[in-house]
Amino acid sequence: MFDNVWLIPLLPFIGFLINGLLGKRIKNETVIGGIASAMVLGSFIVSCLTLFNLLSLPGEERQVEVKIFSWITSGVFNADVAFLIDPLSCLMIMVVSGVGFLIHLYSIGYMHGEEGYYRYFSYLNLFTFSMLLLVLGNNLLLMFVGWEGVGLCSYLLIGYYFHKKSAADAGKKAFVMNRIGDFGFLLGIFTLFWYLGSSHNVWTITFTELANNSHLLPTGGIVTVITLCFFLGATGKSAQIPLYTWLPDAMEGPTPVSALIHAATMVTAGVYMIARMNYLFIRSPETLAVIAVIGACTALFAATIGTAQNDIKRVLAYSTVSQLGYMFLAMGVGAFGAGIFHLMTHAFFKACLFLGSGAVIHSMHGALHHAHSNDDAQDMRNMGGLRSKMPLTFITFLLATIAISGIPGFSGFFSKDEILWQAFSNPHHGSLNFLLWGMGALAAGLTAFYMFRLVFMTFFGECRITPKAKDHLHESPMIIVLPLIVLAGLSVVGGFIGIPKVIGDLFGGIPNYLEHYLDPVFKHSEEYMAHHGAHTGIHNIALEWGLMGTSVLIALIGITVAYSLYVANKGIPARFVAAFPGLHRAVYNKWYIDELYDNIIVNPCKAFSQFLWKGFDVIVIDGAVNGVAKTVMACSGVFRLMQSGLISNYAWSMAFGVVVMLSYFILK
Amino acid sequence: METLFFLIITLVAIVSAILVITCKNPINSALSLIMTFFCLATYYVMLDAPFMAAVQVMVYAGAIMVLMVFTIMLLNIRVDASKKHSHKLFLGSIIGFFTFFNIAFVLFKSHVAMPTGPYSVDMIKQIGHTELIGKEIFTNFLLPFEITSILLLVAIVGAVILAKKKI
Amino acid sequence: MENLNGYLIVSAILFSIGTIGVLTRKNAIVIFMCIELMLNAVNLTFVALSRHLGNLDGQIFVFFIMTVAAAEAAVGLALIIAFFNNKETIDVDDINLMKW
Repeated sequence: MFDNVWLIPLLPFIGFLINGLLGKRIKNETVIGGIASAMVLGSFIVSCLTLFNLLSLPGEERQVEVKIFSWITSGVFNADVAFLIDPLSCLMIMVVSGVGFLIHLYSIGYMHGEEGYYRYFSYLNLFTFSMLLLVLGNNLLLMFVGWEGVGLCSYLLIGYYFHKKSAADAGKKAFVMNRIGDFGFLLGIFTLFWYLGSSHNVWTITFTELANNSHLLPTGGIVTVITLCFFLGATGKSAQIPLYTWLPDAMEGPTPVSALIHAATMVTAGVYMIARMNYLFIRSPETLAVIAVIGACTALFAATIGTAQNDIKRVLAYSTVSQLGYMFLAMGVGAFGAGIFHLMTHAFFKACLFLGSGAVIHSMHGALHHAHSNDDAQDMRNMGGLRSKMPLTFITFLLATIAISGIPGFSGFFSKDEILWQAFSNPHHGSLNFLLWGMGALAAGLTAFYMFRLVFMTFFGECRITPKAKDHLHESPMIIVLPLIVLAGLSVVGGFIGIPKVIGDLFGGIPNYLEHYLDPVFKHSEEYMAHHGAHTGIHNIALEWGLMGTSVLIALIGITVAYSLYVANKGIPARFVAAFPGLHRAVYNKWYIDELYDNIIVNPCKAFSQFLWKGFDVIVIDGAVNGVAKTVMACSGVFRLMQSGLISNYAWSMAFGVVVMLSYFILK
Repeated sequence: METLFFLIITLVAIVSAILVITCKNPINSALSLIMTFFCLATYYVMLDAPFMAAVQVMVYAGAIMVLMVFTIMLLNIRVDASKKHSHKLFLGSIIGFFTFFNIAFVLFKSHVAMPTGPYSVDMIKQIGHTELIGKEIFTNFLLPFEITSILLLVAIVGAVILAKKKI
Repeated sequence: MENLNGYLIVSAILFSIGTIGVLTRKNAIVIFMCIELMLNAVNLTFVALSRHLGNLDGQIFVFFIMTVAAAEAAVGLALIIAFFNNKETIDVDDINLMKW
């Protein structure tokens, strides 16, 4: 039934091989892009088939493992290359291959004429392969392989314009930050494997077996250690405090890459991982609290930075960090389904936003290039009034913006509101709940503000570039606009599969499809909560309506403020900056977090490394090694004199030795 | 009578051996060596081994020494009077004497076993030395004998390769 | 007739003379001849003891030694010629390439 699942990751890998090995010879951009996109499309089609197959099974049987081959067998340790097909992984492969395909399509147009076209597409295919491996892998080790693979591709694609120093540095930064997280992830795997094996004799890293044996795990204690290790891995990959600083810098890569890797898929790997191992995290209230607080803080913190950035992609990057914070908030309050829901809707609207910004940048870049202007094509202060020039881009961008702002009826509203309600009503954090909800709601308002600020600065008002360049502004080609339209459509309707119960009841009992669909994945957590939940969450329909209204109100306030500041009264932002110069500078410079890290961690590390290099390595280690070598050379210099190269000397020594030995035996 | 003959031969052998190592001109050394080889062949006859004597004369005194003499003549090395022809004479002699004394000491101290093998002098005289050797070689020592042929083949090839103008 | 010790002593003397020759002479061909002399001294021991013990194995051994000596002469002399072609000398003191 799931016999062809192996095709899902394999097809992009084949595309990677073809483009990576032969791309330089193919030269024809259409062929290269066509191959890459076709492979991902194939993968998407197989994913759809898999989803239908899965849906045809009854709910409790929706968990199938497809073993491809034995990978590592060493004593009690066993890891197969096997794929786990369950509602969660199915949803993820749909998102990854679906959004991935649209972005591949978009890239054909966007990357037109770039140097290393084939390189771009082979990396993109390799990324898709790794990401699919990550979500499909049925054990932690295979997941880790995908985890590292996407990290590698992220590094390669951020540094795609490697001749630009800032891009190469950003790639390095992303890689190092991710390594810190990966370190935690690995420690988590080891500790979990060791703990379950040594104390319960269950030697396994397979997700299904872990889930079935999760009742052996205690509450808190060692589980807190394990889950915190895993969460460290998630913060690295998913750009949460304290490891988030690489994501804004990652915008140095091509825009479709930012859309695919740094918004829609890879950065959500951490969320996926936590959802995948929900039965572990639910057992540690401490870790849940940490995740919730960090998620809420990241959501709010990144949103504040987003309000003051002028680079269009940086605003979106901080928005991504902020939205990821929402997902972690959902994970932290035990609302795994809501987090995954937001992951999905976020993939739609954020990919659409990034691709739309890519279209704007593309057009701006072309116009500025024609006008021989050196202005920054990504700076929103140079844009404005693009609404009439690029109507399709504008409409799709606006729809996605409304979705992310949480206006009722659009997808972002459903998922974000679900998270906020769960943050308020969950049974895990007691009095902390209100604070979590408050931070989330505030972040939602800020999100609405900076997103509409972006829209107003970019598409409204009058055009701020030179009139000469203005004439060259035009709508992007169809291959770029088409993915935008599809993604905008998904951003609008994507939320209807997860309508909250209170709203569903209003319209004649529309069920929450997504929640039912994901139920089997989280059943172990729910069983645990049923047994151990000291007090259940709040169930108050009136309260839920009230909170929903509040968050919508906050979002509307954000939009109104943005409108009044950037459309109606344009003088206010400048006056505000003049009134609070310190605050503006701090926010504009991202609260100086990068500088803080530089001074606290990077520079001491560098100084210490310098000491190890100049002091320890050169004097002690090299000294010891060279000293040994010099001693040997001195000794051999003495013995070398014996090697005269003259036969007579050798013959003489030989005869002498024979005589001496013979004499010894005789006289003995 | 036989003892006297043995002594005469011994004298000739030792004198010619000394000449081998003392002559300045290599050709003289070579001729002295041939003399020594003839003396050894004589010993072999006295030891009732006529086949070995014949082989000694043919292979050593004949083939090998002819090769040497040819080489000496081919290279035509001028005997340079000013150059020293030997060195470390004293040390080398001491080593040589020590070697001799060692061997002599071993000889005098050790006991030689009584005859054990089946081949008595009478038997050798009756059947013939050549036939007995032949039987031994072609029965008990067949494999080493065949391998010897390969050794010779390798030596031929090696000599041809080495003696080429350019190696 | 039974004169084993005499043969062995002669063999020892010849072997020692050969050794002295190898150690003192400088001409490669003469050294070569001295080695032949040593080989022959050993041969004499073999034949004498073979005769004494009534066992033909020693003489077979001599036969093989002669074969080896023939092969050695062929290759050794070829080496000497090759060396002479390159260096115009066969003085062993000039052959000192075998050092570090």
